[in-house]
Amino acid sequence: MIEITHVSKTFNKGTVNEKRALDNLNLKLNEGDFVTIIGGNGAGKSTMLNAIAGTFPVDCGKITIDGTNVTMDPEYKRAKYIGRVFQDPMKGTCAGMQIEENLALAKRRGQHRGLRWQLNDKERELYREQLATLGLGLETRLSDKVGLLSGGQRQAVTLLMATIQKPKLLLLDEHTAALDPATASKVLRLTREIVESHHLTALMVTHNMKDALTIGNRLIMMDHGTIIYDVSGEEKMKLTVEDLLTKFEEASGTEFSNDRMMLSK
Amino acid sequence: MNINGLLGSLQSGVAQGVLWGIMVLGVYITYKLLDIPDLTADGSFTLGGCVTTVAILAGINPILATLMGMGAGFLAGAVTGVLHTFFDIPAILAGILTQIGLWSVNLRIMGGKANNPLLKADTIVSFFSDRLGISNSQSSMLVGILLILLVILFLYWFFGTEIGSALRATGDNEDMIRALGVNTGHTKLLALAISNGLIGLSGAMVAQMQKYADINMGRGAIVIGLAAIVIGEVLLGRLVKNFGFKLFSAVLGSVVYFIIQALVLRFGMDANDMKLLSALMVAAALAIPVAMSRYNIKKSYSENDLYADEHRRLERKGGKES
Ligand SMILES: Nc1ncnc2c1ncn2[C@@H]1O[C@H](COP(=O)(O)OP(=O)(O)OP(=O)(O)O)[C@@H](O)[C@H]1O
Ligand SMILES: [Mg+2]
Repeated sequence: MIEITHVSKTFNKGTVNEKRALDNLNLKLNEGDFVTIIGGNGAGKSTMLNAIAGTFPVDCGKITIDGTNVTMDPEYKRAKYIGRVFQDPMKGTCAGMQIEENLALAKRRGQHRGLRWQLNDKERELYREQLATLGLGLETRLSDKVGLLSGGQRQAVTLLMATIQKPKLLLLDEHTAALDPATASKVLRLTREIVESHHLTALMVTHNMKDALTIGNRLIMMDHGTIIYDVSGEEKMKLTVEDLLTKFEEASGTEFSNDRMMLSK
Repeated sequence: MNINGLLGSLQSGVAQGVLWGIMVLGVYITYKLLDIPDLTADGSFTLGGCVTTVAILAGINPILATLMGMGAGFLAGAVTGVLHTFFDIPAILAGILTQIGLWSVNLRIMGGKANNPLLKADTIVSFFSDRLGISNSQSSMLVGILLILLVILFLYWFFGTEIGSALRATGDNEDMIRALGVNTGHTKLLALAISNGLIGLSGAMVAQMQKYADINMGRGAIVIGLAAIVIGEVLLGRLVKNFGFKLFSAVLGSVVYFIIQALVLRFGMDANDMKLLSALMVAAALAIPVAMSRYNIKKSYSENDLYADEHRRLERKGGKES
């Protein structure tokens, strides 16, 4: 359903800072795939997610979602297919707006926005229910400004916002990296619950190898802007962190002893 | 000091403050909601005045003429919007370009004259002063208050709609709202157009109050707008949370600004110095909070942790955050 074929992206072409961030990338996602993505710093993970979301145009190749070619569509047009949560908790919400306003904005993702009054009691009820599922007590704080929430709470709200209008694809870019370990595991648990209960197709970048192994049905490893390892199902379940490290060294021909990946295994 | 004269100038100060308040609401949209200081304002204010006076003199119904002034402002804002969003020209520069261009356009509209007097022509203001037997200032005030109420109601409604909320979100977190499917170019363009529509309306009404349009009538409008917003915040900022009241406090700021102006003029200050006073006022209002926080940081620093005990005590009582 989501298909990326021969996609490349070079930043700052023709300058000393030229960087080929995606190099002939190919990826095909099946409906309901929950894919974890690992790879060293600068491997191109975020760039891949941004290319899918349309943050910038790619140089070549083709991206299709449900058979629709979206390669040249701007970000706001693709938004109807895609829900996103970023690493930075500040990025996914409007701090100066109320929780319910944020949810109401997200509820209309990819839909026509007209001159109807945005908030109504029926939707408010829905938001209350949905917030209650987070188990953070936010259901009583609908009209609080999001800026008053902690990073973890904001990330949980963003997760809800990304999925309240069921997306064809959920993109999660190290969305727990800025949280403390306890909060991170809470948000991660919520992520699994939401993805599983809505049968979402999701791509999740993580630097935590254990999470990458235990979560989802498929794992891909990236290096130098391309996918160097792709494993799913039974085979993935049997993998260990050591296997992954070996695989990485094998495939990329380098050791990553001082890499962030090592630190968080 | 002549007490009647003083009352008279206070009254005209309030009237001006109310009519200019419509412009302040326009500036509020771009400056407070989108964080764009839009310099189109100076030009679109004059544009509103020029279009409306010329239309009135051509025999067009004053209400329709006023709407034309507003529409012209709307288009001027749209021009800035296109320059800014379509061609990625920085907002300030886009506003300056439109403003400069409007200078010539405004002169053209007034047939090459720098000044377009309404003489005895009927206007919205004269309509009320004739019917109700009130002075020009009182009539302007009345019309102004009615318009302010209408505009605040409209803005309150509009910014609660789906489009209006998307527009507020554009000012708050552009990346986020784009990822939620909003073309932020369109929302910014719309905000600039609505803002300048209001500014044009304000110019149209001020021209009818003073009975002429002048090529310079909008000079410094943006600074007056910012000054009014700042005054409103200083007066009511801590008290009001509701969006409608925030708009109201901006208008109040405008009224206070023009009362101050009326008073200092009354007490013999040169009218030409008023611009310097406004600039100083805005600069001070923007600078003082920064200086204060710097001062507070220094003052509250101590080598020993005096704060710790109290902080722990508060923490034990339990904060909201998890
Ligand atoms: N907007 C940009 N302009 C220029 N270079 C960029 C841009 N975005 C990414 N790059 C470069 O592309 C390469 C891939 O970056 P990317 O952010 O995709 O890595 P990543 O795999 O997400 O790494 P990390 O684990 O550190 O988040 C890096 O060398 C980066 O410097
Ligand atoms: Mg990254």
